Amino acid sequence: MAAPRKNVEEIRNRVILEEFGLKNVHTTDFPGNYPGLDDSWDMHQFQKNFRIDIVHLDESSMEFDMVGIDASIANAFRRILLAEVPTMAVEKVFIYNNTSIVQDEVLAHRLGLIPIKADPRLFEFKNAGQESAEDDGSEIDTIQLQLKIKCSRNPNASKESSDPRELYRNHMVYSRDLKWIPLGNQADVFADFSIRPVHDDILIAQLRPGQELDIVMHCVKGIGRDHAKFSPVATASYRLLPEITLLEVVEGEKAELLKHCFSRGVIDLEDVRGKKSGQSGEQSTRYMQPRSSPTCGSKEFGEAGKGSRSFHIHCGIYWYPASRCAGYRGHPGSHVQMSNVSQ
Amino acid sequence: MAGEMEKKPKLEMVQADGADEGCVTFVMHDEDHTLGNSLRYMIMKNPDVEFCGYTITHPSESKINFRIQTRGGVPAVESLRKGLNDLHDVGQHVLNTFQARVGEFKQREDQPME
Repeated sequence: MAAPRKNVEEIRNRVILEEFGLKNVHTTDFPGNYPGLDDSWDMHQFQKNFRIDIVHLDESSMEFDMVGIDASIANAFRRILLAEVPTMAVEKVFIYNNTSIVQDEVLAHRLGLIPIKADPRLFEFKNAGQESAEDDGSEIDTIQLQLKIKCSRNPNASKESSDPRELYRNHMVYSRDLKWIPLGNQADVFADFSIRPVHDDILIAQLRPGQELDIVMHCVKGIGRDHAKFSPVATASYRLLPEITLLEVVEGEKAELLKHCFSRGVIDLEDVRGKKSGQSGEQSTRYMQPRSSPTCGSKEFGEAGKGSRSFHIHCGIYWYPASRCAGYRGHPGSHVQMSNVSQ
Repeated sequence: MAGEMEKKPKLEMVQADGADEGCVTFVMHDEDHTLGNSLRYMIMKNPDVEFCGYTITHPSESKINFRIQTRGGVPAVESLRKGLNDLHDVGQHVLNTFQARVGEFKQREDQPME
């Protein structure tokens, strides 16, 4: 009961999004499944068919297409980006004085989530063994930061003002107030670039006159699997490259409506019978490139190309440029979105 | 194939049938879908393999049971080894391609500015 030839092509290469479900989601091209086709692993075939096209690359995000690779491997890459790429983050927080309204543990949690601009490849993992209180922290595995700030009243403020920015000094504690204290030979090794948080404007706490913070932090190297603060990416997601095929010709006003249903660039209109009928030429649509993601799940039946996956990586760069993913964690935990078909 | 000394072994073999080398269940510690699914795909692409699958026995424990059944008397260990090597080569090739493309992209970006 072999499937007809045309169907086989479709089953092997396309995930189809229907009105109430999906078809052909699972990989079926294993040896023996299709008589007459040799599906065994062939490295040369893979190398011939595989390509990567970079769509967008800047300091904090990257999007690229991988064509000719299976979902299981692309997914493995995504999982590794989220959980196994190491970064530096604040781990131990020594609070010498905290008279602010923010509780110690909440403050420590927030400090841990601040992304630190330091190349983890220049550091080593800390040994799991010792748990001694203050002494640990050699120059090869620890970065020391200090936060020492005191809020005071501004003597030059006018009598009637109620704006905190005018009334108080240092009432907002930002990540730019974190100072790096070099340990050992770190001052020489990191001479040209100082170690600091990636973003200067992360609000850590708010103070009022008389309140102060006196904190020392130790940053260590870790991976996302241990704690999400170590995850270098804000998110890494992938989806299949969508392909939209219109099953019938759409003309005139309906064509315009269709075009507006999708993101710009997905549907293009072309003139079929131009000046024949009065003012507006009748237009029929044809399908455009699958680059932009259609966001309207209307009655069209769409298909997605199984062989190609579009990979999105959003990260805050620092030490690593976006292409190597070091990250910004703007919020705790990584949110992952992954869809098998066009959205 | 059991691991060494004090550390917990990374990989263990559990053989159900005594004589048949082709049907083996491997227990891999500290692994999850990241390795399990991608390795399963590579081993399934091997024409000597009749069955390949993995389970995570309990989500609280990070270990997977990986089962391989081969046909034609090929020892399961061999197909595991081949699968791991192939997966490694795939990763290497993707890395090389990626680095080359990023390099090109960056060069193209610098050129209009010159």
